[in-house]
Amino acid sequence: MRREKAPLWIGLLAALGAAFFIIPLVGLVVRAPWGDAARSLTSADSLEALKLSLIASLSSTALALVLGVPLAWVYARVDFPGRAVVRALTTLPMVLPPVVGGIALLLAFGRRGLLGSWLALVGVSLPFTTAGVVLAETFVAMPFLVLTVEAGLRSMDRRYEDAARTLGARRWTVFTRVTLPLIAPSIFAGAVLCWARALGEFGATITFAGNFPGVTQTMPLAVYLLLETNNPQGSYVLSLVLLLVSLAVLVGLRHRWLGSA
Amino acid sequence: MRKFVVVLGLLALACGGSPSGSAPPTIDVFAAASLTDAFKAIGGSFHGASARFNFAGTPTLVTQIEQGAHADVFASADTTNMDKLKADGFVSGEPKVFAHNQLEIVVGASNPKGITSLSDLARPGVIYISAAPTVPAGKYAAQALAKAGVTVHPRSLETDVKSVVSKIELGEADAGIVYTTDVKAAGTKVTGVQIPDAYNVVATYPIVVVKGTGNATAASAFIDYVLSAEGQAKLASFGFQ
Repeated sequence: MRREKAPLWIGLLAALGAAFFIIPLVGLVVRAPWGDAARSLTSADSLEALKLSLIASLSSTALALVLGVPLAWVYARVDFPGRAVVRALTTLPMVLPPVVGGIALLLAFGRRGLLGSWLALVGVSLPFTTAGVVLAETFVAMPFLVLTVEAGLRSMDRRYEDAARTLGARRWTVFTRVTLPLIAPSIFAGAVLCWARALGEFGATITFAGNFPGVTQTMPLAVYLLLETNNPQGSYVLSLVLLLVSLAVLVGLRHRWLGSA
Repeated sequence: MRKFVVVLGLLALACGGSPSGSAPPTIDVFAAASLTDAFKAIGGSFHGASARFNFAGTPTLVTQIEQGAHADVFASADTTNMDKLKADGFVSGEPKVFAHNQLEIVVGASNPKGITSLSDLARPGVIYISAAPTVPAGKYAAQALAKAGVTVHPRSLETDVKSVVSKIELGEADAGIVYTTDVKAAGTKVTGVQIPDAYNVVATYPIVVVKGTGNATAASAFIDYVLSAEGQAKLASFGFQ
């Protein structure tokens, strides 16, 4: 990178831009009741939300891996009619307001939904269940994994696969023994990104899965409801936890996005 | 340089956008979610100011006001939250009670689970949802169930009373306890099942001018209109008492 000195106005506006992000974070850190932090965090409600958030976000990351890696492979390698449209549709949740996603999920998997009414016949009901939370989080977070893995597949050196195939390996063997190890860093980065997004999911969850402590009340929901109880201290502490997790994700993946600067 | 001037201009707009001229003032009315339809109608026929509404669960409104949101009038769905705002010093003058409301069980239009009483809510296979206990409607619902001696585990604690009605409309839940006015507002999409007076809870709605408003006159005029015969008739037409 060629360094240069910033002209005054660019520098000032850039500083304003940076301050816009930094000041709210400082506010959260400064106003958080550090003295009570441990107590707020270990209160039964907070622990329950924390546990549920971890279970749900990890489950949805696992689900996203099982379904998303093959999807990314198809996008990167297979040319089929309507590929661009399908790819756009599965990327949509990244830009779609999550509440809209929640409503769409209700209309698909709700008790009277397109598929939900069939599920209800066999006694499966997803709204108001932890499975519903996992579904909502996967819906919103999986595109992050798919796009990251797809980019990894596109940029990998395919000659390794060709070599394996000329040596007689079957396609499944090539996929599991050559392709997957080569794109492991992309899969890891995609999974972390997907997990972080799932952990922070609010709109689709509260719309589709509702809110009940221990069943569907994840951390972001707890943060929102604590703020509502006129006793926002607890919500500051939980917000701080989510902030630290996000920070850890960024630091962990810094070479991917922040460059080496 | 030109860019900077534009930024300065935007900042100036953001800071000092005080409207001038003879246009009626705009007042911000923070009102409990259950007042949504009634207050929209009242705002339409009140000419002293142009009223902008912010409807949410009552405790959310209290938090917003205490965190510095601009509000001229606050209408609460219970006295507890009003007392809190008053105790914290965000209220100007005495709150006045302007409406009462009662509870009803809300079920799907055809009442598919055949619910006729509070005790039916505890039947296995009935999905009961409630407003969160932090919201007045949720607190009242819990009181009614306690009075009837019914123990029910809600499947979800919704953030305000209107989302309870929505989930019943969508068919995701079988029953909820909401205000009589909410059932009326939802029309034919849901059915209400009455709760006997012995178990019912009367919700009291107080209204007040928020301290530090720049529109005290218009804010008081709005409250006077809500309390006037015309305002009360409007509220009654939405099922308030």
